[in-house]
Amino acid sequence: MALARRIIPCLDVDGGRVVKGVRFLDIRDAGDPVEVARRYDAQGADELCFLDITASSDDRRTLVHVVEQVAAEVFIPLTVGGGVRSCEDIRRLLNAGADKVSINTAAVRDPDFVAEAAERFGSQCIVVAIDAKRVEPQRWEIFTHGGRRPTGLDAIDWARRMAAAGAGELLVTSMDRDGTRTGFDNALNRAIADAVDLPFIASGGVGGLADLAAGILEGNADAVLAASIFHFGEHTVGEAKAHLRAAGIPVRDGA
Amino acid sequence: MAQHIAILDYGMGNLHSIAKAFEHVAPEAHVQITDRAEELHAADRVVFPGQGAIGQCMQRLRTQGLDRLLGELIAQKPVLGVCLGLQAVVAHSEENGGTDCLGLLPGTVTRFPAGLPETPGGRAIRIPHMGWNTVRPTQDHPVWAGLAAGERFYFVHSYHVAAAHPAIAGQTHYGVEIASALASGNLFAVQFHPEKSQHAGLRLLRNFVAWQGA
Repeated sequence: MALARRIIPCLDVDGGRVVKGVRFLDIRDAGDPVEVARRYDAQGADELCFLDITASSDDRRTLVHVVEQVAAEVFIPLTVGGGVRSCEDIRRLLNAGADKVSINTAAVRDPDFVAEAAERFGSQCIVVAIDAKRVEPQRWEIFTHGGRRPTGLDAIDWARRMAAAGAGELLVTSMDRDGTRTGFDNALNRAIADAVDLPFIASGGVGGLADLAAGILEGNADAVLAASIFHFGEHTVGEAKAHLRAAGIPVRDGA
Repeated sequence: MAQHIAILDYGMGNLHSIAKAFEHVAPEAHVQITDRAEELHAADRVVFPGQGAIGQCMQRLRTQGLDRLLGELIAQKPVLGVCLGLQAVVAHSEENGGTDCLGLLPGTVTRFPAGLPETPGGRAIRIPHMGWNTVRPTQDHPVWAGLAAGERFYFVHSYHVAAAHPAIAGQTHYGVEIASALASGNLFAVQFHPEKSQHAGLRLLRNFVAWQGA
């Protein structure tokens, strides 16, 4: 009866719709975010993650409205990220009903921002998103701007720094695997797991249920995030949980 | 007359979720987020939430005179403590270099020790304790009605009250045995977040709304 490992469907939101780019190319429409959130809640998702991938400020207001609607009827933790740059952004998302906010590029630009945000809002709601790309067999670097911009920062050192700054959780995405459906980079996940004692979410590359189990058993992740396997009806969250349970992983019955 | 549920606002964390959850389970009720003594006195029941650091939490309660008020409210009506609202009711916390709490119940709040195995022979616990863990009720209480032993609730915290507590009402294992719920008189306090614990959490909130107190 250990702490359950979490399954977190991720909703990339652009212009008020859930979208999913496959290999960064065609963006497929996956529906209305409030309806999608309702469906995953009913299937027993342990948490939901909304990532704002839009560029315009008008559309950012759309996501705040989506979070408000979801928070009024879905009573599981909601993490919201994408373009979080200031304490004012965080305050607006928390007031809309987000429980945690995910900080990515802004943390790289100004590491003190994470410390300031944790101090002001509490570590429990500060998730630092780490987009890492493998540069050597056992070395990963942080990339920003959707994986296009290198920073020269070592991903494992960065994870330690963010833990020390007061992050409550890390969201670790392999930019090599994201969108490829070839499974998590579990060497990366294991290196993160060994470096910090914060909980972390593994992300990037899930193509099937076995990948979710591997992220937990091989990658030592506390939670696994996936998008396309759920969005297009290939699998339900319930099926994913049944698979993890059969692999001996503690999960929550939530459906 | 419709119930009046007051959620104590003292600037510690986001109260949106908990207010929405009460509006969901008690659609007829008047759910109010407030820091005003007269409204808290007028309410049928009070929710005492809290997120963040205990030092700042206690400082704000004292500055606003809510420390004494909470004791008075608990003498009068059902009060639900949530997360920091559980930790604040005991005597002392080791967080923030040592912080005196409300002392409405005995006990101390300590940090999870690093490196403990999560389960015997298992991997080390991660801190904060974040996610869905099981709760075993340790006393019969109307707030537990319909909730089975081993029901999972959503936790997020780095400090805890040990399970060896005279008012323990629910127990959870995470490296150590912790008090996931305390109950004494009109006070029921939980370390987890019922407002984020889907069916089980909403059931607990519904039970609290129906509870007439001690």
